[in-house]
Amino acid sequence: MDAIFLQILNGLDKGAAYALIALGLTLVFGTLGIVNFAHGALFMLGAFCAVTFNKLLLISNKVLDPTVTMFKAYKETPYLEIWFPDIGPTLIDYSVPLSMLLAIPVMLLIGFILERGLIKHFYNRPHAEQILVTFGLAIVMQELIKAIFGANPVPLSAPDVVAGTAAVGDWFGLGENVVYPWWRLIYLSFSGLIIFAVFAFLQFTTYGMVVRAGMRDRETVGLLGINIQKRFTIVFALATMIAGLAGVMYTPILPPDYHMGMNFLVLSFVVVVVGGMGSLGGAVFAGFLLGMVQSFASMTEVKEILPGIDQVIIYLVAVVVLLVLPRGLMGRAGIMDE
Amino acid sequence: MSNMNVGKMNDLTRFLIFAVAILTMPIWMDPFGGNYPDLLQKFAIYGIFAIGFNILFGLTGYLSFGHAAFLGVGSYAAIWSFKLFTMNVIPALFFSVLFAGVLAFIIGQLSLRRTGIYFSILTLAFAQMFYSLAYSVLTPITNGETGLQLAHSDPRMIDSLFFEAGAGLPSTTLFGLKMSGYSGFYFCAVLLIVGFFVSMRIFRSPFGLMLKGIKSNQNRMMYTGLNTKPYMLTAFVISGMYAGLAGSLLAITDPIAGAERMQWTASGEVVLMTILGGVGTLAGPVIGAGLIKYFENIFSAFNDTVLAEIFSFLPEAMVDYAVTIAGLFVGSGWHLTLGLLFVVVVIFLPGGIVEGAGKLVKLVSKREKSTGGSVTQQDQPGE
Repeated sequence: MDAIFLQILNGLDKGAAYALIALGLTLVFGTLGIVNFAHGALFMLGAFCAVTFNKLLLISNKVLDPTVTMFKAYKETPYLEIWFPDIGPTLIDYSVPLSMLLAIPVMLLIGFILERGLIKHFYNRPHAEQILVTFGLAIVMQELIKAIFGANPVPLSAPDVVAGTAAVGDWFGLGENVVYPWWRLIYLSFSGLIIFAVFAFLQFTTYGMVVRAGMRDRETVGLLGINIQKRFTIVFALATMIAGLAGVMYTPILPPDYHMGMNFLVLSFVVVVVGGMGSLGGAVFAGFLLGMVQSFASMTEVKEILPGIDQVIIYLVAVVVLLVLPRGLMGRAGIMDE
Repeated sequence: MSNMNVGKMNDLTRFLIFAVAILTMPIWMDPFGGNYPDLLQKFAIYGIFAIGFNILFGLTGYLSFGHAAFLGVGSYAAIWSFKLFTMNVIPALFFSVLFAGVLAFIIGQLSLRRTGIYFSILTLAFAQMFYSLAYSVLTPITNGETGLQLAHSDPRMIDSLFFEAGAGLPSTTLFGLKMSGYSGFYFCAVLLIVGFFVSMRIFRSPFGLMLKGIKSNQNRMMYTGLNTKPYMLTAFVISGMYAGLAGSLLAITDPIAGAERMQWTASGEVVLMTILGGVGTLAGPVIGAGLIKYFENIFSAFNDTVLAEIFSFLPEAMVDYAVTIAGLFVGSGWHLTLGLLFVVVVIFLPGGIVEGAGKLVKLVSKREKSTGGSVTQQDQPGE
């Protein structure tokens, strides 16, 4: 029972990560019709925003170490701690969540520039070419990050308060030893929040309504005198930002390195396709479904019966779904049907 | 498409030019610093891989993101043939192509039920499955992360009937001719030329025309009462067999096979080669494969000392900056060059290098014509 509960939590957690990335991917596909292979790289860029922010906070000066009395010893102390002895250390402790302040404007800007500078020229080109150009773009972004930050993963830690594990077993009346890392719970709720916000934005605002109309029939919306292009640019920037924020929040779970995006990219594409290209609900649902399935497949009991199943289960599910349901779980007719 | 690019050249000339160009590679690659057997072998092998990929993608427009699986299976099959039967390469080639073909038949049978991006993702999913399995459950066959290698204690059932086992590891041979160094390259080159010839025949055949028809409008082909599936499946299997052949050659020239050969980035690489050279053209994929492998080997060998030498003509103060900036693009950063090249090619030259060259030729000849007509300096009677 405990094990199953933990697996459900684990599945939700994995699923949230998949769903969040797949959501941005679908948003871009549904609005702009672009198959964006650079989305994983954008996730990675977000993670490196957190790294940069952390580095900025830690810019240090050498000061005399008062604890050493025998000789003059110097230690590196961040300027923040020198200037603001009260809140400096706290700020540094909270660097990961705070780095969203940096990530939001940076990612919005990157998204805007990419869309205006490159993506918009690819609206009417074949999907294969879109895949290729964004794939090339992803390589460029990766290599730039590698040149700046090096090839090794950069570990970042969550704030001390939530660095440990939560006694989730107690909350639900299960055993004492059922615990789960705090930060993963936070990531789960963060994903839920963002997913909810995106749906609310599209469903309940006039802006979102126009975007949804544009997803259905771009030309007609254009004929009504609405500059749908401008709105889509903003949607692309938003999707970039979501990917970036997901990356920021993921840093305490996985130390970011330059090719972390590629690992997520393939999985998130599988998620999007299983959900149905262009269906936001489908992407989220498929994300959680696959996360759950993978989590249960990696239980030792399951692995004993079917060795190696945890490695292939996602792809297996994807293959079965695509063969049975041509448009994925929630795909609409007319999208990518050719 | 391809016959427009090179004008009215006929197939025989084209084939001869190709064959001569490939066979004389050790000579004309010399000034470029590319004349060493390892690199030349890679040119030929990845050329084969890309030609095969082009038969699927170039002719039918179906973008497979899982071709590396066939390459990997080809490699594993070849090594097993060395281990179990003989160090002769002919059985290895046979088994590789056979296994890759069978696998392609199964994957194709399922994946080809879908089109567009769904097809791409299905092939990707299958390839990733094989990749993960090679690392985990199939370890007895693939030897997991270490990679499958020859061992002195291998049975080599056929070889042991004829010769005494030597002291060291035996090397791969073609009836006694060692398949390393230049002989290895020439073996690969001959197979590349054969592969090119076959692909040319396919492009020109009614079968190839049918595939082109499917690419331009599959629905219309079906409305004419044609069942497109067998054609697609045949193209997919042929393409998979080429990949198996390439994988086999990789194992022949260097008898080790690792699972990373099947990773999706390896599938991406062959897409890249084909696009860079020119999708749907005959020689384009080979050119693309050659260029990428050349960059990979030559650019990644550059380091700061070499760069400093190159930039030594600059004033002292600027050398450092120049070296730092150029250093981003070479050495371990050559992927950056690759990525940029890729973006630029897709944006400006969606037809790849071959199309670009064709455009250039057309431009030049047009200019010559116009100058010949208006300016009297160049009198070209009979034009």
